[in-house]
Amino acid sequence: MDVDLTPAEEAFRAEARAWLTAHVPAEPLPSLETAEGFAAHRAWERLLYDGGWSVVSWPRAFGGREASLTEWLLFEEEYYAAGAPGRVSQNGINLLAPTLFAHGTTEQLARVLPAMASGETIWAQAWSEPEAGSDLASLRARAEHTDRDGGGWLLSGQKTWSSRAAFADRAFGLFRTDPEAERHRGLSYLMFPLDAEGVTVRPLGRLDGKPAFAEIFLDRVFVPDADVIGEAQAGWRAAMSTAGNERGLTLRSPGRFTAAAARLRGLWREYADPADTARAGQVADVWIKARAYQLAGYAAASAPEDPKAAIPSSLNKLFWSELDIELHDAALDLLGPGTAEITEGLEESAWLDGWTFAQAGPVYAGTNEIQRDIVAERVLGLPRGR
Amino acid sequence: MRLLPDQDQTAYARTVRGILADASPPKVARAWAAGDHAPGRALWRSLAATGLPALAVPEEHGGVGWYPAELAAAFVEIGHAGAPGPLVETVAVAAALPGTPAWSEELLTGERLATVTDPAARGYAVDAHAADAAYVLTHETGAVPARGDGAPGPGSRGPAAGAGPSALFTAASRGAPLPSVDPTRHLIRCAPGEAVPGDTGRLRALATLLTAAQLLGAGQALLAGSVEYAGARHQFGRAIGSFQAVKHQLADAAVALEFAVPLLRGAALAVRGDAAADPRDLPAAKAACARAAHRAARTALQVHGALGYTDEYDLTLLLRKAHALRTAWGTEAACRAAVLADRLLPG
Repeated sequence: MDVDLTPAEEAFRAEARAWLTAHVPAEPLPSLETAEGFAAHRAWERLLYDGGWSVVSWPRAFGGREASLTEWLLFEEEYYAAGAPGRVSQNGINLLAPTLFAHGTTEQLARVLPAMASGETIWAQAWSEPEAGSDLASLRARAEHTDRDGGGWLLSGQKTWSSRAAFADRAFGLFRTDPEAERHRGLSYLMFPLDAEGVTVRPLGRLDGKPAFAEIFLDRVFVPDADVIGEAQAGWRAAMSTAGNERGLTLRSPGRFTAAAARLRGLWREYADPADTARAGQVADVWIKARAYQLAGYAAASAPEDPKAAIPSSLNKLFWSELDIELHDAALDLLGPGTAEITEGLEESAWLDGWTFAQAGPVYAGTNEIQRDIVAERVLGLPRGR
Repeated sequence: MRLLPDQDQTAYARTVRGILADASPPKVARAWAAGDHAPGRALWRSLAATGLPALAVPEEHGGVGWYPAELAAAFVEIGHAGAPGPLVETVAVAAALPGTPAWSEELLTGERLATVTDPAARGYAVDAHAADAAYVLTHETGAVPARGDGAPGPGSRGPAAGAGPSALFTAASRGAPLPSVDPTRHLIRCAPGEAVPGDTGRLRALATLLTAAQLLGAGQALLAGSVEYAGARHQFGRAIGSFQAVKHQLADAAVALEFAVPLLRGAALAVRGDAAADPRDLPAAKAACARAAHRAARTALQVHGALGYTDEYDLTLLLRKAHALRTAWGTEAACRAAVLADRLLPG
């Protein structure tokens, strides 16, 4: 066992660090959950893409540099340590792209991926519906086949809690394409435009009022056959085969937490009373957990082809979502009265923005209750039931 | 980078697991608790025959080198089985003594058990009544703090607690054995005698690492036993493990244990002295393994109901061991302080 890096990995890390040092904006961008901030983050994605850093693990043909899992982890460490902006394109890169790599056609890969990598197309996810949250298989939004324009589907129904949909260009989700089939059967995985005729997007304010997600109303929205991913009626399998990406390492990389834990230590040195061992304990616990997540990533990267090397994604999701809350609670505790509740206008307000974002972690990507069920039944082997 | 056990390490852990499984560890533990140390000593000799203590001793003294990762893997198994005796202390002493007049090759064969005081333990050594040799480890002053003498207590952060060198002495006298919450352990007050020029840094680092490993193994066994019980025990016409209230407790214990594993591996590399390792991984691993084992122990008691509160149910031996080891060789508070002070050793 060792955690030594090869000379090539060291060089990769150094190259990433140099590029980030030269390009990360000196001033933080406005929140990506605002129209102005969304545009600024889209421009940042373009800059990343032009530098070859937007999708490091992808094939070169689509804008990547074929980085290994170890290199991806190193890039993420450098990215967040440099204080680089949040990734407005993460729904596409982390959720849609893995499904396309697994189930997409050559034509779809060539058409969708480079535009995703450059920020030209920003993707929103459209999984949940008003009556289909944790019980996603009960979804009702439907797609009816049509011969119009060479063949396609007409989408109708309502999606909700769609992250980024307020400002995004396109969305992806599951639709019932066989009205006779029930539950997981008869669903298709479709990509659709958010500016097409028949689409109404109603932004929803998150806790701080920013339109971080939206409802999407669909009234016979046309989607060509070319925008079905995988086989029609087999959408559930396609979606679930990559659900681990949302819950595992890739959506919330260890580097994000090791960088935040390091900043928390800085905050502790600046703000804490040295005699306050309770605060010190909180800070140390956060560092320990972030480090555990980092080392778990190294273990997974040690044998990327061996699924047993990685911690199961549901355990991962429980761990990082709880850590994110613990981390930001500790930071706000350190900032103290006044500063801790100011949402904008101070450098320290970034901690409250992070806190607001963290509150959603145990809810999205499959609630933590569902994740605990999955851990209990599929990892520990306990009997099914709720 | 490879933060996974290799084939040899996996095979060695399997060998240790097999020896332990063949020995009926709960019976050995209960005999040890009752004062019959023979089965426990026989088990340790079997483990030593695989070269276990030799993994902490240089070749020129009859060992095979310095293999903290392999030792940690073996002690996860020892913790899982709940094998009794001052095994962590014996191996830690074996790591510290080569080249000193106190060195004995019988530490390698398993004929000799040794114990040593955790410097924060106010002079109490575990199982000194059953050990062939006992040592007293103190912080640099050489003074053994007595109860209520104003010495740093749990959680206090002395200016250099744990940072400075420690000193090792033979035990000049041993007091009466006092019972531990873990019935297989006894604590014996030892007074320092002659100074021994041992490698105390190595001793403390290894004791902390192997105690963390034992905690992880005990926690894993507590979780596995609780999952098995929750699947078999029926109430309201169904297995209690099908209820979310039970499932979610077990899932939380699984999360804590799973994320302690990579920290323990990182800690082993830090103790080995790898340049790329982070020394803070050792106190981090001890704190995380203790926390995870504690979570597993609480969950095990709750899931088993009153059965989990009985002396006679074998799984509660591990429950009690997890509690005893939680503070041994680095309390959580001392480990957190070490993490924030960028230190290898908890004070």
